[in-house]
Amino acid sequence: MDNPVIKIQDAVVSYREDVALQGVSMEVKRGEFIGIIGPNGAGKTTLLTVINGLGKLVHGKAWVLGSCLNGRNTSNLRKRIGYVAQVENIDPRLPINVRETVMVGCYGRLGLFHRPTQAQWKTVDEVLEMVGLAHLAQRPIGHLSGGEYQRAAIARALVQQPDIFLLDEPTASIDRKAQREILSLIQLIHKEYHTTTLFVTHDLRTLPSTCQRLILMKDGKIWQQGSPESMLKEEVLTQLYGAPISMPTEAAPVWTY
Amino acid sequence: MDILTSTGMDFSILQYHFMQNAILAGLFAGITCSVVGVFVVTMHLSFIGVCIAHAAFAGALLGLWLGFNPLIGALLFSLASAAIIGPVADRGELNPDTSIGIVFSLMLGLAFLFMGLMPGAKTEALNLFWGSILTVNQQDIIFLAVITGVIGGLVAIFYKEIQAVICHRQVALAVGIPATIVFYGLLFSTSVTITASLQSIGGLLIYSLILNPAAAAYQLTYSLKRMLLIAVAFGVVSCWAGLAASYLLDIPSGAAIVITSAIIFGLATALSPKRKVKGWHQVPLAG
Repeated sequence: MDNPVIKIQDAVVSYREDVALQGVSMEVKRGEFIGIIGPNGAGKTTLLTVINGLGKLVHGKAWVLGSCLNGRNTSNLRKRIGYVAQVENIDPRLPINVRETVMVGCYGRLGLFHRPTQAQWKTVDEVLEMVGLAHLAQRPIGHLSGGEYQRAAIARALVQQPDIFLLDEPTASIDRKAQREILSLIQLIHKEYHTTTLFVTHDLRTLPSTCQRLILMKDGKIWQQGSPESMLKEEVLTQLYGAPISMPTEAAPVWTY
Repeated sequence: MDILTSTGMDFSILQYHFMQNAILAGLFAGITCSVVGVFVVTMHLSFIGVCIAHAAFAGALLGLWLGFNPLIGALLFSLASAAIIGPVADRGELNPDTSIGIVFSLMLGLAFLFMGLMPGAKTEALNLFWGSILTVNQQDIIFLAVITGVIGGLVAIFYKEIQAVICHRQVALAVGIPATIVFYGLLFSTSVTITASLQSIGGLLIYSLILNPAAAAYQLTYSLKRMLLIAVAFGVVSCWAGLAASYLLDIPSGAAIVITSAIIFGLATALSPKRKVKGWHQVPLAG
């Protein structure tokens, strides 16, 4: 009855000699919050790029929001998918401020030949208020700290009014306080808008407690999946990462939101 | 003393048709080069522009050698080099520096080959090398004016897409903007601009007029709109001040224009507010 928002069947993605995804199949229901964990090089980011049409399948099929990805419709689908990547190094002299950067999220849906309306600028201001960046709206984007930059990226994805929210290690390379703020924000957004969310991380301490399902990836494959309670066990994680893993207990940051 | 007299009173030079043409060519070349310069500088693609400029030069020399319109050769070569470099740099098959360097050296080699194969005097070829803004004709100016109008119109129509692509290309792609088409559009605009300005500014010097005003504006503002306006002002001032210096000091006009633009860049960098440390006050140590 409830069609999956994302359906991937036997997906293979290859970058020259390296096979990044090997026969991955999965389904995601509308409104689900899924955590994707695994060691570096497991294929987590590649899986997200398949969903937003930036990763090219050499085999298999993917359906997103009811459409089979075929290279021609990906640009239209991306307008409905919010994507937040890791903190990137950007030129501090870049001639664009935080408010303009967030507005970029509207441009895909707005289409060519249309200028942003006053109502859209108002939405941008409201979202900036929500993510706590209203006071930095006029600041050059290159002058933000890592945590502030990620909040701006989340705001940009939000003004896109996405049906799917893809978060690729959004808390990597930022300090613990900023990590907690970002995670709280992500969970608040999911609670408020019920957006289908896929959250990729290799750091178990940054896994939001709203995760309903965990996908464990290793060597380009889905190694295991299930409820967080069944997956977050020391023996499972030790096998996944190939090294002894103890569950984070310190302040239990993952589960106390 | 002669200079003072000339600068103080003597504007009779402006009555001459060649000088009026030069002033118009400086206006249009200053505007269009500065606008594409803003894109190239903001995207950190300066070397791609240098490469395209040399490709245009090689194409124009091929035209001269084989007897067809050098501007057609320049346009074809510069568009082809942009079409080769873009995908190679994008796909990451080679380091962008390596691929651009190879195309750049190939274009330089071809330019010298065509020049070597050209029979007779090389005056016209050398004019393409150094430019000759004082000898541009009506047709060159119309071509420059049309290109300036087209590029200005495209920037006005697609401003938001251009801003997204030059500042956040990956984000632009991820939100569904046709970022790849916009990116190649910007590279091809650079090619067309270089072709249109080749006759007046010259294949070797054109790139300075693209880079310097935009790089100077980049030092002075965090707003893209202001950066475009400042760069255009610097570009036109460089052309006109260079022309004046060329007339007054009897030096080559292309070189004078480029040196003027470099001086403006130096001043902008020295006075850049982006270099200042703000919001820091020394706190006296306690005790």
